[in-house]
Amino acid sequence: MEITKKYRAGTLVTEIIVALVGLIFLVPFYFLFVNSVKSFGDILTNSASFPVSFEWSNYSKAWEATKFPAAFWNSLIITVVSNLLLALMSAMAAYRMVRHNTRFNAVLFTMFVAAMVIPFQSVMIPLVKVMKVVTDTLGITDSRIALIICYLGFGIPMTVFLFHGFIKSIPLEIEEAATVDGSNSYGVFFRIVLPLMKPMIVTVIILNTLWIWNDYLLPSLILQGADTRTIPLATSAFFGQYTKQWDLALAALVLGILPVIIFFLSMQKYIIEGITQGAVKG
Amino acid sequence: MNRKKTSQLLQQLVFVGPSTVFFILIIMIPFLLGLSFSFTNWDGVADKVAWVGLDNFKKIFMDDPDFGAAFWFTTKFTVIGVILTNVLGFFLAYFLTKPLKTRNILRTVFFIPNVIGGLLLGFIWQFIFVKGFAAIGEFTKLPFFNLPWLGDEKTAFWGIVIVFVWQTAGYLMVIYISSLGNVPQDILEAAEIDGANRLQILRSIIVPLIMPAVTVCLFLAISWSFKMFDLNLSLTKGGPFGSTESVAFNIYKEAFQNNRYGLGTAKAIIFFVVVAVITSVQVKFTKSKEVEA
Repeated sequence: MEITKKYRAGTLVTEIIVALVGLIFLVPFYFLFVNSVKSFGDILTNSASFPVSFEWSNYSKAWEATKFPAAFWNSLIITVVSNLLLALMSAMAAYRMVRHNTRFNAVLFTMFVAAMVIPFQSVMIPLVKVMKVVTDTLGITDSRIALIICYLGFGIPMTVFLFHGFIKSIPLEIEEAATVDGSNSYGVFFRIVLPLMKPMIVTVIILNTLWIWNDYLLPSLILQGADTRTIPLATSAFFGQYTKQWDLALAALVLGILPVIIFFLSMQKYIIEGITQGAVKG
Repeated sequence: MNRKKTSQLLQQLVFVGPSTVFFILIIMIPFLLGLSFSFTNWDGVADKVAWVGLDNFKKIFMDDPDFGAAFWFTTKFTVIGVILTNVLGFFLAYFLTKPLKTRNILRTVFFIPNVIGGLLLGFIWQFIFVKGFAAIGEFTKLPFFNLPWLGDEKTAFWGIVIVFVWQTAGYLMVIYISSLGNVPQDILEAAEIDGANRLQILRSIIVPLIMPAVTVCLFLAISWSFKMFDLNLSLTKGGPFGSTESVAFNIYKEAFQNNRYGLGTAKAIIFFVVVAVITSVQVKFTKSKEVEA
């Protein structure tokens, strides 16, 4: 939608105005980064200026106090395992539901779609109780596994829905040819259909990663003990302890947001595509 | 024949089984349990549950000014937040589909706040409101920056709105950009040749043609703002004096701080009904405005 392809004087004015808005958008990050390397006194006297002396020890203190490596590891393992299982299970379910549209599967799919409207707050109170029963019965002692189980449940409706829409666009002939060549259903799915679904797999992994990595409320209800904390939980616990202790708090916040910013900048193309795909199908 | 049936059943189990089990366990059972708990006085300790009929709902509607206030706050916040973030998101997209030299980097800039979770964003903005605004206020002498922001009932509301819009506008921008890219070039050129000015083109051609994106963006913005929790927790914790307490936060407090699980689930059921009604009415309404190019 480019009405004018030429760069006119008006375009320059637009460019300057939008760039200024962009700078305003970045101001919070400026304050965050420059003050995270200042001493506490310097933050209080002038928080807008560039740092005069660099207080890198803020970072080492925040690194230790938040147990950053452990928190990072917890966030990583929970996000990765949930993502892989979610993508696989949902792709399989959606495939079967599209190709064998029995009454049972149709009703189930309708329930998945309907469940997407349920706010998390409407299930969280009994969920805590259900999860306690589940972990006691199965003998799960690591609350990170319990959390992954929760993510599988909450992620299923949306992920199945996205795959469902995508599989409908895959022509049936390819699978029929493979069946004639002697593949069974499992072979057709894993060797033919799954590779074809790659674009949608990337989309659901991006969307679910941003959700799970940044989630706070669910982990805060399920995770037990300080050494299972994810990055949002560790940062929040630290922030609660050191309110107004801005030098350490800001360094902890920078550590907390850095992984996801690096993830975004390196995967930007896929993330933008994933969001567009997710929105169009959703 | 029988073997084929068994094989079909096995396939159904292998392919659909796992998803169904997790769905039932994590969403269906808690949801149904919530329905039944909402008629009890459950306090989280299992052996003291008694059936109280509609008492919880009566209490919520007749005798819970905090919940009413939370609903009013959430409604106000949703209306203002949804309008502002959509207007900003649309205009960013509108200008960033023009041939600007910096458009790719600007798209990145506007999107970045969205990849950071609401909780950490709220903490960052606490610092901005307290220290950052004070520093800018000293420099520019603008009274806007010397307001008490999170410390005062009126400005705390707008503080949360600002952070919400800053966080979500970039996401909606991405959706609007892709939708604007699908507006056919020839229609725009034809309108320009016919002498339509830019405002007319925007209002009579572009907006009707991107209604599908409007449907999606309104839906997303409404569900984000109506269910807002993280920003609420990290920016104001509902304060000052409970003036910025969202419904989601009120439910959380009722259950996990006051230990009134029965009352909390009753509120959660009401919340679900309202969210379901609002979002389906909105989708129906904006879908009816969609046109073909």
